[in-house]
Amino acid sequence: MVTAAQVWSALAELPDPELPVVSLVDLGVIRDVAVDGDRVHVELTPTFLGCPALDAMRRALELAIAGLGGEPDVEVVTGDAWTTDRITPVGREKLRLAGLAPPAGTPPSLVQLRSKAFRCPYCGSQETRLENIFGPTPCRSLRYCESCRQPFEQFKTL
Amino acid sequence: MRAPLLLELADDELVVGWRDSEWTGIAPTLEEDVAFSSIAQNEIGHARAAYELAARELGTTADELAFDRTPDDYRCAPLVELRLLEWAHAIARRWLYEQADHLRIETLMESDDAELAGLARKIDREEAYHRMHAELWAERLRDEWRFRDAVDELWPYALGMLPEALRPRLCERVGRGMTDTQGFERGSHTQELTELWDEMTSVRRTAPGAQW
Repeated sequence: MVTAAQVWSALAELPDPELPVVSLVDLGVIRDVAVDGDRVHVELTPTFLGCPALDAMRRALELAIAGLGGEPDVEVVTGDAWTTDRITPVGREKLRLAGLAPPAGTPPSLVQLRSKAFRCPYCGSQETRLENIFGPTPCRSLRYCESCRQPFEQFKTL
Repeated sequence: MRAPLLLELADDELVVGWRDSEWTGIAPTLEEDVAFSSIAQNEIGHARAAYELAARELGTTADELAFDRTPDDYRCAPLVELRLLEWAHAIARRWLYEQADHLRIETLMESDDAELAGLARKIDREEAYHRMHAELWAERLRDEWRFRDAVDELWPYALGMLPEALRPRLCERVGRGMTDTQGFERGSHTQELTELWDEMTSVRRTAPGAQW
């Protein structure tokens, strides 16, 4: 019989479909795992409500659970279930190493977004400016580092 | 009975997202192409979440609510229906819409209904970035006559989006006075909604009842 710990370790191997450097567990989108006999109930929460990767995540979870011999029951939880605080410390470090600045602690104001409060993930300089509040996916903004002249993606704080 | 409230929110967000998406590929800069597309995606995502809650109560599905009703059944406000492929107007609507939407979301966040309040909080976190985008543009275009004219023209529509109790607060936030909203109120629809609906539902109507 499959255990919750086995399920958590299997899910820790599943890459995020849009940010494959982090796993779904690193990203904090797995809210809960509950095992009842063969049935494995997983609560999944989207980062942004319009996230198009939600169905892909759900299918990946179902396959992983079935691979362990469990019967998957994936529930998508909307509501105020995910904030960027749910990204694990390991997840934040993986993002930074991939050139994606991890989210700031509190949601920034427009003044802060336009200030030099954000650090370049490549050289660590705070001489960075906002290029675009929106980026390649809803969860990222674009900034430019004046020190190492490198554009980079800044994870939005939700 | 929270379905009517959810449908107002969902229909506004779906239709405004649809209108914002019309800028994909034709915005004045690539960065604005990205911004409008991203905002549109978020708004449609909010619509989906609100439709799902409403669908549970009404015994239907989010897709059926979004696409299988007739234009008259939609509860969106005329503000979001207008086809505004002129930049000053598009920005004026984004700015006015976000101000009015913020007041509505703040009210929903105070709801005793935990599910509704939770959804509103989640939406608000995302909308904060839409408001900042609109603010950046409103600031840049403040002295531009085309933008000022567009805000004048759309102002009664923006008031018409909100219940009367919230309107004085909208006046306060945008620094404008009350005005006649007859013909611009939620409940009335523009011809542009019918045209939008026709295009929005055209693929789905080719195979009624299909599993897509």
